[in-house]
Amino acid sequence: MRSSRWLAILSPLGLLLIWEALNWAGVLDGRFVPPPSVILRTLVIMTRTGELPRHVLISVQRIVLGFLLGAVPAVGLGVVMGLNRTVRALLMPIVAAIYPIPKIAIYPLVIFYLGLGEASKVSIVAVSIFFLVLLNTMAGVLGLDRAYFSIAKAFGASPRDIFLTVAFPGALPAIFTGLKLGMGFALIVIVGAELLGSEAGIGFLIWRAYQIFAIDVMFVGLLVTAVLGWAATVGLDWVEHRLLPWRS
Amino acid sequence: MIEATLPALQTGIAVNGVTQYFPGPHGPLRALADVSFAVRPGEFCALIGPSGCGKTTLLNILAGLLEPTAGTVSIPRAERGRLATAVVFQGVSTLPWMTARHNVEYGLRLMGVPAPIRRRRALDHLRQVGLEAFADVYPSQLSEGMRQRVSIARALATDPDVLLLDEPFANLDEQNRLLLQDDLLSLWQQTRKTVLFVTHSLDEAVRLADRVLVMSASPGRIKSEVLVPLERPRDFERVRQVPTYGRLIAQLWEELRDEVMRARQDAS
Repeated sequence: MRSSRWLAILSPLGLLLIWEALNWAGVLDGRFVPPPSVILRTLVIMTRTGELPRHVLISVQRIVLGFLLGAVPAVGLGVVMGLNRTVRALLMPIVAAIYPIPKIAIYPLVIFYLGLGEASKVSIVAVSIFFLVLLNTMAGVLGLDRAYFSIAKAFGASPRDIFLTVAFPGALPAIFTGLKLGMGFALIVIVGAELLGSEAGIGFLIWRAYQIFAIDVMFVGLLVTAVLGWAATVGLDWVEHRLLPWRS
Repeated sequence: MIEATLPALQTGIAVNGVTQYFPGPHGPLRALADVSFAVRPGEFCALIGPSGCGKTTLLNILAGLLEPTAGTVSIPRAERGRLATAVVFQGVSTLPWMTARHNVEYGLRLMGVPAPIRRRRALDHLRQVGLEAFADVYPSQLSEGMRQRVSIARALATDPDVLLLDEPFANLDEQNRLLLQDDLLSLWQQTRKTVLFVTHSLDEAVRLADRVLVMSASPGRIKSEVLVPLERPRDFERVRQVPTYGRLIAQLWEELRDEVMRARQDAS
Protein backbone atom coordinates (compact mmCIF):
# COMPACT_ATOMS: atom_id res chain seq x y z
CA MET A 1 0.00 0.00 0.00
CA ARG A 2 2.67 2.43 1.09
CA SER A 3 5.07 1.59 -1.73
CA SER A 4 2.30 1.91 -4.34
CA ARG A 5 1.53 5.40 -3.04
CA TRP A 6 5.18 6.34 -3.49
CA LEU A 7 5.17 4.94 -7.00
CA ALA A 8 2.11 7.04 -7.80
CA ILE A 9 4.09 10.18 -6.94
CA LEU A 10 7.31 8.98 -8.50
CA SER A 11 6.02 8.16 -11.97
CA PRO A 12 4.71 11.64 -12.94
CA LEU A 13 7.71 13.27 -11.25
CA GLY A 14 10.05 11.04 -13.23
CA LEU A 15 8.26 11.90 -16.46
CA LEU A 16 8.65 15.63 -15.75
CA LEU A 17 12.36 15.16 -15.01
CA ILE A 18 12.93 13.30 -18.28
CA TRP A 19 10.98 16.00 -20.11
CA GLU A 20 13.11 18.74 -18.51
CA ALA A 21 16.30 16.82 -19.32
CA LEU A 22 15.29 16.40 -22.96
CA ASN A 23 14.86 20.18 -23.21
CA TRP A 24 18.29 20.72 -21.62
CA ALA A 25 19.88 18.23 -23.96
CA GLY A 26 18.35 20.02 -26.92
CA VAL A 27 16.28 17.05 -28.07
CA LEU A 28 13.07 19.08 -27.52
CA ASP A 29 12.95 22.63 -28.90
CA GLY A 30 11.83 25.01 -26.13
CA ARG A 31 9.98 27.18 -28.64
CA PHE A 32 7.61 24.35 -29.49
CA VAL A 33 7.68 22.25 -26.31
CA PRO A 34 8.58 24.43 -23.33
CA PRO A 35 10.20 22.58 -20.38
CA PRO A 36 8.18 22.01 -17.19
CA SER A 37 10.19 24.67 -15.36
CA VAL A 38 9.09 27.35 -17.83
CA ILE A 39 5.45 26.19 -17.70
CA LEU A 40 5.57 26.34 -13.92
CA ARG A 41 7.02 29.86 -13.99
CA THR A 42 4.29 31.02 -16.38
CA LEU A 43 1.71 29.46 -14.07
CA VAL A 44 3.09 31.36 -11.06
CA ILE A 45 3.18 34.66 -12.95
CA MET A 46 -0.35 34.23 -14.30
CA THR A 47 -1.60 33.38 -10.84
CA ARG A 48 0.06 36.50 -9.36
CA THR A 49 -1.46 38.82 -11.95
CA GLY A 50 -4.87 37.30 -11.19
CA GLU A 51 -5.42 36.38 -14.84
CA LEU A 52 -5.43 32.64 -14.29
CA PRO A 53 -7.69 32.62 -11.18
CA ARG A 54 -10.19 34.79 -13.07
CA HIS A 55 -10.47 32.37 -15.98
CA VAL A 56 -10.55 29.30 -13.74
CA LEU A 57 -13.24 30.85 -11.55
CA ILE A 58 -15.42 31.61 -14.56
CA SER A 59 -15.12 28.04 -15.88
CA VAL A 60 -15.79 26.56 -12.44
CA GLN A 61 -18.85 28.76 -12.03
CA ARG A 62 -20.23 27.56 -15.37
CA ILE A 63 -19.60 23.94 -14.46
CA VAL A 64 -21.20 24.20 -11.01
CA LEU A 65 -24.31 25.98 -12.30
CA GLY A 66 -24.63 23.62 -15.25
CA PHE A 67 -24.12 20.67 -12.95
CA LEU A 68 -26.94 21.72 -10.64
CA LEU A 69 -29.21 22.58 -13.54
CA GLY A 70 -28.59 19.19 -15.18
CA ALA A 71 -28.21 16.80 -12.24
CA VAL A 72 -31.16 17.79 -10.05
CA PRO A 73 -33.90 17.17 -12.66
CA ALA A 74 -31.98 14.13 -13.96
CA VAL A 75 -32.06 12.48 -10.52
CA GLY A 76 -35.75 13.26 -10.06
CA LEU A 77 -36.77 11.99 -13.47
CA GLY A 78 -34.37 9.04 -13.26
CA VAL A 79 -35.96 7.79 -10.03
CA VAL A 80 -39.45 8.16 -11.53
CA MET A 81 -38.37 6.27 -14.65
CA GLY A 82 -36.90 3.54 -12.45
CA LEU A 83 -40.11 3.23 -10.46
CA ASN A 84 -42.72 3.57 -13.18
CA ARG A 85 -42.86 1.22 -16.13
CA THR A 86 -45.17 3.49 -18.15
CA VAL A 87 -42.99 6.59 -17.79
CA ARG A 88 -39.96 4.46 -18.66
CA ALA A 89 -41.61 3.07 -21.81
CA LEU A 90 -42.66 6.57 -22.83
CA LEU A 91 -39.33 8.33 -22.36
CA MET A 92 -36.72 5.65 -22.96
CA PRO A 93 -36.75 5.87 -26.80
CA ILE A 94 -36.20 9.63 -26.66
CA VAL A 95 -33.41 9.31 -24.10
CA ALA A 96 -31.73 6.51 -26.03
CA ALA A 97 -31.81 8.62 -29.20
CA ILE A 98 -30.40 11.82 -27.70
CA TYR A 99 -27.87 10.25 -25.31
CA PRO A 100 -25.25 9.22 -27.90
CA ILE A 101 -25.15 12.62 -29.68
CA PRO A 102 -21.83 14.33 -28.83
CA LYS A 103 -23.11 17.26 -26.82
CA ILE A 104 -20.60 19.70 -28.27
CA ALA A 105 -22.33 19.11 -31.61
CA ILE A 106 -25.47 20.67 -30.15
CA TYR A 107 -23.54 23.76 -29.07
CA PRO A 108 -24.02 25.83 -32.27
CA LEU A 109 -27.73 25.24 -31.93
CA VAL A 110 -27.62 26.30 -28.26
CA ILE A 111 -25.75 29.50 -29.23
CA PHE A 112 -28.36 30.15 -31.89
CA TYR A 113 -31.16 29.96 -29.31
CA LEU A 114 -29.48 31.46 -26.25
CA GLY A 115 -26.74 33.71 -27.65
CA LEU A 116 -23.07 33.76 -26.74
CA GLY A 117 -23.58 34.68 -23.08
CA GLU A 118 -23.41 32.62 -19.90
CA ALA A 119 -26.76 30.94 -20.51
CA SER A 120 -25.49 28.95 -23.48
CA LYS A 121 -22.40 27.72 -21.59
CA VAL A 122 -24.31 26.71 -18.47
CA SER A 123 -26.96 25.02 -20.63
CA ILE A 124 -24.50 22.93 -22.63
CA VAL A 125 -22.95 21.62 -19.39
CA ALA A 126 -26.42 20.85 -18.03
CA VAL A 127 -27.44 18.99 -21.20
CA SER A 128 -24.20 17.04 -21.37
CA ILE A 129 -24.53 15.59 -17.86
CA PHE A 130 -28.33 15.30 -17.77
CA PHE A 131 -28.62 12.04 -19.71
CA LEU A 132 -25.66 10.42 -18.01
CA VAL A 133 -27.05 11.08 -14.54
CA LEU A 134 -30.56 10.17 -15.67
CA LEU A 135 -29.54 6.76 -17.02
CA ASN A 136 -27.36 5.95 -14.01
CA THR A 137 -30.11 6.93 -11.58
CA MET A 138 -32.67 4.82 -13.41
CA ALA A 139 -30.33 1.83 -13.49
CA GLY A 140 -29.69 2.32 -9.77
CA VAL A 141 -33.40 2.12 -8.97
CA LEU A 142 -33.96 -0.84 -11.30
CA GLY A 143 -31.04 -2.69 -9.68
CA LEU A 144 -32.52 -2.47 -6.19
CA ASP A 145 -33.65 -5.69 -4.55
CA ARG A 146 -37.46 -6.02 -4.85
CA ALA A 147 -37.46 -6.96 -1.16
CA TYR A 148 -36.86 -3.31 -0.18
CA PHE A 149 -40.05 -2.28 -1.97
CA SER A 150 -41.98 -5.11 -0.30
CA ILE A 151 -40.81 -3.95 3.13
CA ALA A 152 -41.89 -0.39 2.38
CA LYS A 153 -45.30 -1.41 1.04
CA ALA A 154 -45.95 -3.84 3.89
CA PHE A 155 -45.39 -0.96 6.32
CA GLY A 156 -47.84 1.21 4.44
CA ALA A 157 -45.54 3.39 2.33
CA SER A 158 -47.18 5.81 -0.11
CA PRO A 159 -45.62 6.33 -3.57
CA ARG A 160 -43.97 9.47 -2.15
CA ASP A 161 -42.58 7.45 0.81
CA ILE A 162 -41.21 4.86 -1.60
CA PHE A 163 -39.49 7.60 -3.60
CA LEU A 164 -37.93 9.22 -0.53
CA THR A 165 -37.11 6.23 1.68
CA VAL A 166 -36.31 3.45 -0.81
CA ALA A 167 -35.72 4.49 -4.43
CA PHE A 168 -33.69 7.67 -3.89
CA PRO A 169 -31.41 6.55 -1.04
CA GLY A 170 -31.01 3.14 -2.65
CA ALA A 171 -30.00 4.66 -5.98
CA LEU A 172 -27.52 7.14 -4.43
CA PRO A 173 -24.43 4.99 -5.11
CA ALA A 174 -25.41 4.77 -8.79
CA ILE A 175 -26.24 8.49 -8.81
CA PHE A 176 -22.71 9.25 -7.61
CA THR A 177 -21.26 7.07 -10.35
CA GLY A 178 -23.25 9.18 -12.81
CA LEU A 179 -22.10 12.44 -11.22
CA LYS A 180 -18.45 11.41 -11.35
CA LEU A 181 -18.68 10.37 -15.01
CA GLY A 182 -20.64 13.55 -15.67
CA MET A 183 -17.90 15.70 -14.11
CA GLY A 184 -15.45 14.48 -16.76
CA PHE A 185 -17.98 15.21 -19.51
CA ALA A 186 -18.68 18.66 -18.07
CA LEU A 187 -14.98 19.58 -18.24
CA ILE A 188 -14.64 18.38 -21.82
CA VAL A 189 -17.73 20.26 -22.91
CA ILE A 190 -17.06 23.53 -21.09
CA VAL A 191 -13.48 23.84 -22.33
CA GLY A 192 -14.69 22.98 -25.83
CA ALA A 193 -17.49 25.54 -25.64
CA GLU A 194 -15.11 28.21 -24.44
CA LEU A 195 -12.81 27.52 -27.38
CA LEU A 196 -15.63 28.28 -29.81
CA GLY A 197 -17.13 31.51 -28.65
CA SER A 198 -16.19 33.13 -25.40
CA GLU A 199 -14.32 36.02 -23.79
CA ALA A 200 -13.26 34.18 -20.64
CA GLY A 201 -12.62 30.74 -19.15
CA ILE A 202 -9.94 28.10 -19.45
CA GLY A 203 -10.89 27.17 -23.02
CA PHE A 204 -10.70 30.83 -24.07
CA LEU A 205 -7.28 31.09 -22.38
CA ILE A 206 -5.95 28.17 -24.40
CA TRP A 207 -7.44 29.44 -27.68
CA ARG A 208 -6.04 32.94 -27.23
CA ALA A 209 -2.63 31.50 -26.33
CA TYR A 210 -2.70 29.56 -29.60
CA GLN A 211 -3.50 32.72 -31.56
CA ILE A 212 -0.54 34.62 -30.05
CA PHE A 213 1.71 31.55 -30.16
CA ALA A 214 2.16 31.41 -26.34
CA ILE A 215 2.80 27.67 -26.10
CA ASP A 216 3.63 27.77 -22.37
CA VAL A 217 0.22 29.34 -21.63
CA MET A 218 -1.47 26.55 -23.58
CA PHE A 219 0.28 24.03 -21.37
CA VAL A 220 -0.77 25.98 -18.29
CA GLY A 221 -4.37 25.75 -19.47
CA LEU A 222 -4.09 21.99 -19.92
CA LEU A 223 -2.45 21.58 -16.52
CA VAL A 224 -5.17 23.58 -14.80
CA THR A 225 -7.87 21.52 -16.54
CA ALA A 226 -6.23 18.29 -15.34
CA VAL A 227 -5.98 19.59 -11.76
CA LEU A 228 -9.61 20.72 -11.85
CA GLY A 229 -10.76 17.28 -13.00
CA TRP A 230 -8.72 15.59 -10.29
CA ALA A 231 -9.99 17.97 -7.58
CA ALA A 232 -13.61 17.43 -8.68
CA THR A 233 -13.21 13.64 -8.44
CA VAL A 234 -11.63 13.86 -4.99
CA GLY A 235 -14.35 16.27 -3.89
CA LEU A 236 -17.17 14.03 -5.12
CA ASP A 237 -15.54 11.00 -3.49
CA TRP A 238 -15.44 12.89 -0.21
CA VAL A 239 -19.10 13.93 -0.45
CA GLU A 240 -20.08 10.37 -1.40
CA HIS A 241 -18.24 8.98 1.59
CA ARG A 242 -19.95 11.43 3.94
CA LEU A 243 -23.38 10.93 2.42
CA LEU A 244 -23.27 7.13 2.20
CA PRO A 245 -21.81 5.86 5.47
CA TRP A 246 -23.79 2.62 5.09
CA ARG A 247 -21.71 1.45 2.14
CA SER A 248 -18.76 0.09 4.10
CA MET B 1 -60.10 -29.25 3.66
CA ILE B 2 -60.28 -27.08 6.75
CA GLU B 3 -63.23 -24.74 6.80
CA ALA B 4 -62.83 -21.28 8.24
CA THR B 5 -64.28 -22.08 11.65
CA LEU B 6 -64.34 -18.53 12.94
CA PRO B 7 -66.15 -15.39 11.86
CA ALA B 8 -63.94 -12.47 10.83
CA LEU B 9 -62.69 -11.30 14.20
CA GLN B 10 -60.95 -8.03 14.65
CA THR B 11 -57.60 -9.32 15.77
CA GLY B 12 -57.56 -12.69 14.07
CA ILE B 13 -57.09 -13.84 10.52
CA ALA B 14 -59.74 -15.45 8.36
CA VAL B 15 -58.98 -16.67 4.85
CA ASN B 16 -61.83 -17.89 2.66
CA GLY B 17 -61.46 -19.65 -0.66
CA VAL B 18 -58.35 -17.76 -1.70
CA THR B 19 -57.17 -18.73 -5.18
CA GLN B 20 -54.23 -17.21 -6.97
CA TYR B 21 -53.24 -17.46 -10.61
CA PHE B 22 -50.00 -16.18 -12.10
CA PRO B 23 -49.42 -15.68 -15.82
CA GLY B 24 -47.21 -18.49 -17.18
CA PRO B 25 -45.68 -19.46 -20.53
CA HIS B 26 -48.45 -22.02 -21.22
CA GLY B 27 -51.41 -20.14 -19.79
CA PRO B 28 -52.13 -19.13 -16.20
CA LEU B 29 -50.44 -21.11 -13.41
CA ARG B 30 -52.44 -21.85 -10.30
CA ALA B 31 -50.33 -21.03 -7.22
CA LEU B 32 -53.05 -21.30 -4.58
CA ALA B 33 -56.20 -23.41 -4.84
CA ASP B 34 -59.15 -22.52 -2.63
CA VAL B 35 -57.19 -21.87 0.57
CA SER B 36 -59.32 -21.46 3.70
CA PHE B 37 -58.26 -21.25 7.31
CA ALA B 38 -58.54 -19.05 10.37
CA VAL B 39 -56.15 -17.96 13.09
CA ARG B 40 -57.67 -17.11 16.46
CA PRO B 41 -56.75 -13.84 18.19
CA GLY B 42 -53.61 -14.40 20.25
CA GLU B 43 -52.88 -17.73 18.63
CA PHE B 44 -49.43 -18.73 17.42
CA CYS B 45 -50.04 -20.57 14.18
CA ALA B 46 -47.39 -22.10 11.94
CA LEU B 47 -47.79 -22.74 8.21
CA ILE B 48 -45.65 -25.47 6.74
CA GLY B 49 -45.35 -26.91 3.26
CA PRO B 50 -42.93 -28.10 0.57
CA SER B 51 -40.90 -25.41 -1.17
CA GLY B 52 -42.74 -23.75 -4.04
CA CYS B 53 -46.17 -24.56 -2.60
CA GLY B 54 -47.25 -20.93 -2.44
CA LYS B 55 -46.51 -20.15 1.23
CA THR B 56 -44.89 -16.83 0.40
CA THR B 57 -47.65 -15.99 -2.09
CA LEU B 58 -50.22 -16.54 0.63
CA LEU B 59 -48.26 -14.36 3.02
CA ASN B 60 -47.95 -11.59 0.44
CA ILE B 61 -51.72 -11.68 0.03
CA LEU B 62 -52.18 -11.42 3.79
CA ALA B 63 -49.68 -8.55 3.94
CA GLY B 64 -51.69 -6.68 1.32
CA LEU B 65 -48.89 -6.80 -1.26
CA LEU B 66 -50.90 -8.95 -3.64
CA GLU B 67 -54.59 -8.99 -4.58
CA PRO B 68 -55.89 -12.59 -4.73
CA THR B 69 -57.51 -13.74 -7.99
CA ALA B 70 -60.47 -15.04 -5.99
CA GLY B 71 -61.55 -15.42 -2.38
CA THR B 72 -61.57 -13.12 0.61
CA VAL B 73 -59.14 -12.30 3.40
CA SER B 74 -60.12 -10.79 6.71
CA ILE B 75 -57.20 -9.34 8.60
CA PRO B 76 -56.88 -6.17 10.73
CA ARG B 77 -55.94 -3.19 8.57
CA ALA B 78 -54.08 -0.06 9.56
CA GLU B 79 -55.69 2.61 11.67
CA ARG B 80 -54.34 5.90 13.01
CA GLY B 81 -51.07 5.53 14.91
CA ARG B 82 -51.10 1.76 14.70
CA LEU B 83 -50.15 -0.70 12.04
CA ALA B 84 -52.62 -3.54 12.43
CA THR B 85 -50.56 -6.16 10.59
CA ALA B 86 -46.77 -6.18 10.54
CA VAL B 87 -44.50 -8.42 8.46
CA VAL B 88 -41.06 -9.92 9.04
CA PHE B 89 -39.56 -10.97 5.71
CA GLN B 90 -37.04 -13.68 4.95
CA GLY B 91 -33.58 -12.89 3.60
CA VAL B 92 -33.18 -9.18 2.88
CA SER B 93 -35.35 -7.73 5.61
CA THR B 94 -33.64 -4.45 6.54
CA LEU B 95 -33.02 -1.30 4.53
CA PRO B 96 -29.22 -1.03 4.25
CA TRP B 97 -29.15 2.79 4.11
CA MET B 98 -30.77 3.14 7.52
CA THR B 99 -29.19 2.46 10.91
CA ALA B 100 -30.68 -0.25 13.11
CA ARG B 101 -32.66 2.40 14.99
CA HIS B 102 -33.96 4.04 11.82
CA ASN B 103 -34.95 0.62 10.50
CA VAL B 104 -36.96 -0.02 13.67
CA GLU B 105 -38.45 3.48 13.43
CA TYR B 106 -39.39 2.96 9.79
CA GLY B 107 -42.97 1.73 10.29
CA LEU B 108 -43.61 4.44 12.89
CA ARG B 109 -42.18 7.10 10.59
CA LEU B 110 -44.54 6.06 7.78
CA MET B 111 -47.43 6.30 10.24
CA GLY B 112 -46.44 9.88 11.06
CA VAL B 113 -45.39 9.28 14.68
CA PRO B 114 -43.39 12.33 15.89
CA ALA B 115 -39.61 11.87 15.93
CA PRO B 116 -38.96 11.95 19.72
CA ILE B 117 -41.69 9.37 20.40
CA ARG B 118 -40.64 6.98 17.65
CA ARG B 119 -37.02 7.30 18.74
CA ARG B 120 -37.91 6.23 22.27
CA ARG B 121 -40.10 3.38 21.05
CA ALA B 122 -37.39 2.18 18.69
CA LEU B 123 -34.79 2.13 21.45
CA ASP B 124 -37.21 0.22 23.71
CA HIS B 125 -37.74 -2.43 21.08
CA LEU B 126 -34.04 -2.64 20.24
CA ARG B 127 -33.42 -3.29 23.94
CA GLN B 128 -36.03 -6.07 23.91
CA VAL B 129 -34.11 -7.89 21.18
CA GLY B 130 -30.77 -7.15 22.85
CA LEU B 131 -29.48 -4.69 20.25
CA GLU B 132 -29.56 -1.38 22.14
CA ALA B 133 -25.79 -1.02 21.79
CA PHE B 134 -26.11 -1.36 18.01
CA ALA B 135 -28.74 1.36 17.52
CA ASP B 136 -26.52 3.53 15.32
CA VAL B 137 -24.93 0.71 13.34
CA TYR B 138 -25.80 0.01 9.71
CA PRO B 139 -27.13 -3.44 8.67
CA SER B 140 -23.98 -4.21 6.67
CA GLN B 141 -22.06 -4.24 9.96
CA LEU B 142 -24.54 -6.58 11.65
CA SER B 143 -24.73 -10.35 11.41
CA GLU B 144 -27.66 -12.04 9.66
CA GLY B 145 -29.17 -12.97 13.03
CA MET B 146 -28.90 -9.40 14.28
CA ARG B 147 -30.55 -8.11 11.12
CA GLN B 148 -33.49 -10.47 11.66
CA ARG B 149 -33.77 -9.21 15.24
CA VAL B 150 -33.89 -5.62 13.91
CA SER B 151 -36.62 -6.75 11.54
CA ILE B 152 -38.63 -8.32 14.37
CA ALA B 153 -38.17 -5.19 16.49
CA ARG B 154 -39.42 -3.07 13.58
CA ALA B 155 -42.54 -5.19 13.28
CA LEU B 156 -43.26 -5.12 17.03
CA ALA B 157 -42.55 -1.38 17.35
CA THR B 158 -45.67 -0.65 15.32
CA ASP B 159 -47.71 -2.51 17.98
CA PRO B 160 -49.63 -4.66 15.49
CA ASP B 161 -52.49 -7.03 16.27
CA VAL B 162 -51.13 -9.55 13.81
CA LEU B 163 -47.56 -10.55 13.11
CA LEU B 164 -46.77 -12.30 9.84
CA LEU B 165 -43.37 -13.99 9.64
CA ASP B 166 -42.04 -15.45 6.39
CA GLU B 167 -39.30 -17.97 7.19
CA PRO B 168 -37.50 -15.32 9.21
CA PHE B 169 -34.78 -17.67 10.47
CA ALA B 170 -34.23 -19.63 7.25
CA ASN B 171 -30.78 -18.16 6.57
CA LEU B 172 -29.45 -18.60 10.09
CA ASP B 173 -27.20 -21.29 11.47
CA GLU B 174 -28.70 -23.80 13.91
CA GLN B 175 -27.41 -22.19 17.12
CA ASN B 176 -28.58 -18.71 16.19
CA ARG B 177 -31.91 -20.08 15.07
CA LEU B 178 -32.49 -21.66 18.49
CA LEU B 179 -31.62 -18.40 20.24
CA LEU B 180 -33.90 -16.34 18.02
CA GLN B 181 -36.74 -18.81 18.43
CA ASP B 182 -36.39 -18.36 22.20
CA ASP B 183 -36.39 -14.58 21.82
CA LEU B 184 -39.48 -14.69 19.64
CA LEU B 185 -41.32 -16.98 22.05
CA SER B 186 -40.62 -14.79 25.06
CA LEU B 187 -41.68 -11.66 23.14
CA TRP B 188 -44.87 -13.41 22.09
CA GLN B 189 -45.45 -14.60 25.66
CA GLN B 190 -45.43 -10.93 26.77
CA THR B 191 -47.51 -9.45 23.97
CA ARG B 192 -49.76 -12.31 22.82
CA LYS B 193 -50.03 -11.06 19.27
CA THR B 194 -51.77 -13.19 16.70
CA VAL B 195 -48.93 -14.86 14.82
CA LEU B 196 -48.76 -16.63 11.48
CA PHE B 197 -45.31 -18.15 11.09
CA VAL B 198 -44.38 -19.56 7.69
CA THR B 199 -41.59 -22.12 7.79
CA HIS B 200 -40.30 -25.24 6.08
CA SER B 201 -38.82 -26.63 9.31
CA LEU B 202 -40.94 -29.28 11.07
CA ASP B 203 -38.98 -28.80 14.25
CA GLU B 204 -39.42 -25.03 14.24
CA ALA B 205 -43.17 -25.33 13.65
CA VAL B 206 -43.68 -27.74 16.56
CA ARG B 207 -41.45 -25.78 18.89
CA LEU B 208 -43.16 -22.45 18.38
CA ALA B 209 -46.77 -22.94 17.43
CA ASP B 210 -50.09 -23.83 19.05
CA ARG B 211 -51.25 -25.26 15.76
CA VAL B 212 -49.53 -26.21 12.52
CA LEU B 213 -51.26 -25.86 9.15
CA VAL B 214 -49.89 -28.21 6.49
CA MET B 215 -49.96 -27.05 2.89
CA SER B 216 -49.99 -29.35 -0.13
CA ALA B 217 -47.58 -29.20 -3.06
CA SER B 218 -48.34 -26.67 -5.79
CA PRO B 219 -51.05 -25.55 -6.33
CA GLY B 220 -51.10 -24.94 -2.60
CA ARG B 221 -54.10 -25.62 -0.42
CA ILE B 222 -54.46 -26.41 3.26
CA LYS B 223 -54.11 -30.18 3.53
CA SER B 224 -54.53 -30.68 7.26
CA GLU B 225 -53.81 -29.19 10.64
CA VAL B 226 -51.92 -30.56 13.62
CA LEU B 227 -52.54 -29.28 17.13
CA VAL B 228 -49.48 -28.87 19.36
CA PRO B 229 -50.56 -29.57 22.96
CA LEU B 230 -47.21 -28.66 24.51
CA GLU B 231 -47.36 -26.49 27.62
CA ARG B 232 -46.23 -22.88 27.70
CA PRO B 233 -43.91 -21.17 28.38
CA ARG B 234 -41.88 -23.63 26.39
CA ASP B 235 -38.36 -24.56 27.29
CA PHE B 236 -36.44 -26.15 24.45
CA GLU B 237 -34.49 -28.45 26.78
CA ARG B 238 -37.68 -29.86 28.24
CA VAL B 239 -39.78 -29.86 25.11
CA ARG B 240 -37.22 -32.00 23.33
CA GLN B 241 -37.55 -34.76 25.93
CA VAL B 242 -41.33 -34.90 25.93
CA PRO B 243 -42.50 -37.95 23.90
CA THR B 244 -45.25 -35.82 22.36
CA TYR B 245 -42.58 -33.72 20.63
CA GLY B 246 -41.17 -36.61 18.63
CA ARG B 247 -44.61 -37.97 17.89
CA LEU B 248 -45.77 -34.58 16.55
CA ILE B 249 -42.79 -34.23 14.26
CA ALA B 250 -43.35 -37.77 12.96
CA GLN B 251 -47.02 -36.98 12.40
CA LEU B 252 -46.20 -33.76 10.53
CA TRP B 253 -43.66 -35.56 8.38
CA GLU B 254 -46.27 -38.18 7.62
CA GLU B 255 -48.59 -35.43 6.35
CA LEU B 256 -45.88 -33.68 4.45
CA ARG B 257 -43.89 -36.51 2.88
CA ASP B 258 -46.28 -37.23 0.01
CA GLU B 259 -46.44 -33.53 -0.80
CA VAL B 260 -42.66 -33.17 -0.84
CA MET B 261 -42.44 -36.20 -3.16
CA ARG B 262 -45.09 -34.67 -5.41
CA ALA B 263 -43.28 -31.32 -5.47
CA ARG B 264 -40.11 -33.20 -6.43
CA GLN B 265 -41.82 -34.96 -9.33
CA ASP B 266 -43.31 -31.70 -10.58
CA ALA B 267 -39.89 -30.10 -10.52
CA SER B 268 -38.23 -32.80 -12.61
